[in-house]
Amino acid sequence: MKKMIKYVVLDILRNRIVLAYTVFLLVISLSVFNLEDNAAKGMLSLLNIILIIVPLISIIFSTIYVYNSTEFIELLVSQPIKRTGLILSIFTGLSISLLVAFFVGAGLPILLYSPSAAGIIMIAVGMVLTLVFVSLAVLASVITRDKAKGIGVSILLWFYFALIYDGIILFILFQFSDYPMEKATIGFSSLNPIDLGRIMILLKLDIAAMMGYTGAVFKDFFGGFWGMLYVLLVMLLWIVLPTWLAVRKFNSKDL
Amino acid sequence: MIIATNVNKRFGRLKALDNVSLTCNKGQSISLVGPNGSGKTTFIKCLLGMVVPDNGFITFNNKNIAHDWTYRSHIGYMPQIGRFPDNMRIAQVFDMMKDIRKNSNTGIDKDLITAFGLDKIMDKRMRTLSGGTRQKVGASLAFLFNPDVLILDEPTAGLDPVSSEILKEKIISQKQNGKLILITSHILSDLEDITTEIIYMQEGKLRFHKSLQQLKEDTGEDKLARAIAQVMKTNAQE
Repeated sequence: MKKMIKYVVLDILRNRIVLAYTVFLLVISLSVFNLEDNAAKGMLSLLNIILIIVPLISIIFSTIYVYNSTEFIELLVSQPIKRTGLILSIFTGLSISLLVAFFVGAGLPILLYSPSAAGIIMIAVGMVLTLVFVSLAVLASVITRDKAKGIGVSILLWFYFALIYDGIILFILFQFSDYPMEKATIGFSSLNPIDLGRIMILLKLDIAAMMGYTGAVFKDFFGGFWGMLYVLLVMLLWIVLPTWLAVRKFNSKDL
Repeated sequence: MIIATNVNKRFGRLKALDNVSLTCNKGQSISLVGPNGSGKTTFIKCLLGMVVPDNGFITFNNKNIAHDWTYRSHIGYMPQIGRFPDNMRIAQVFDMMKDIRKNSNTGIDKDLITAFGLDKIMDKRMRTLSGGTRQKVGASLAFLFNPDVLILDEPTAGLDPVSSEILKEKIISQKQNGKLILITSHILSDLEDITTEIIYMQEGKLRFHKSLQQLKEDTGEDKLARAIAQVMKTNAQE
């Protein structure tokens, strides 16, 4: 499996998109930190960029990559290799490349300009989101045979998590504004890794104070050790579950 | 060596394999013959685990292939259409395969690489190669690890006469080394000197499995091409 991961990473490095992604993140984060005189403000601007761009690039690039390695997969399934190992190698190779790109592009500037607890959490959230969306991408590309359809599914998934989901939540909160919804919102937020990441970072940035009673409930629940553990577990589930489904599907797929 | 028992496979409404059972033994050289879409390639892909049968099972050296992937280290496979990662060089493809199959210590057989002249174009990218050259790479890969079983899906299609002759010589020499060879082709004159057994498939069903001698006697023809043509005609009339 190590060998296959090596070949996947080498192949990804060869097509330079990941390099461009690194430079892009680097330019954005450096300019954000240099434009604002206050590092905390810079963090806030960077937060939104990371929560939108990182999932988008991770899911689209990974989906296209898996489709483009059809030949690689076809060549290797007839070889003495476990199918599970093959798909997991592709997942790991993609994850490693995108994680390194994120760490160099956004992680290093954050550590340089804002080496605080919030900064560390932001790097962690970015990395976890990368893994979540790579795993969703692998699932999307394994279950759909058609390339255009697979990429469409990926874009829709991103759209859903980044935009539509928040709209639905707002709608529900307004409709039920007469009832106490604070506890329910915690449950809702677990259904969206991007939301969960946003809450984690906002709590560390101390803006939660401005979010009223819900903010206080969030701070109470997510702020403590158990809250952190809970978030970690939910995020882990978001990574493992799609990957596991993708492996299961891939093992019985006709190539 | 390879035993398939009641293998079925459906692609939507199409029944690609319908209760196929067969036995292949070491030292045999078997031709899979049949019209287009008769399930030859699907069956080969089932053997390799690329297509998963709906039911029925296949054993390789008495081990069910569904639970054991190591058996593939005994197989050299040449696909009908060689598809390779576009931006790899020929040398990189060979190195990658050697790297992945390192633990099979059967030795490396580079005869075909030199015979096809691939060693002179090792740094070309796969996407720049012509269809025929890709076939040559596919053939060289199949023979590279000296496997016990060779599965060749239309090996000579797309090869020029000289290369096709080189490949045939190679197949015959491997056959004399006592390897199991499974081959599909529509160019029956090519199969004539290679095969000892004929398997005829039609509409996903295995119609017969006979030795070449037996088939010639049954049909009263002395050429394989004619014998098969007669079989196809009688089948069409039914």
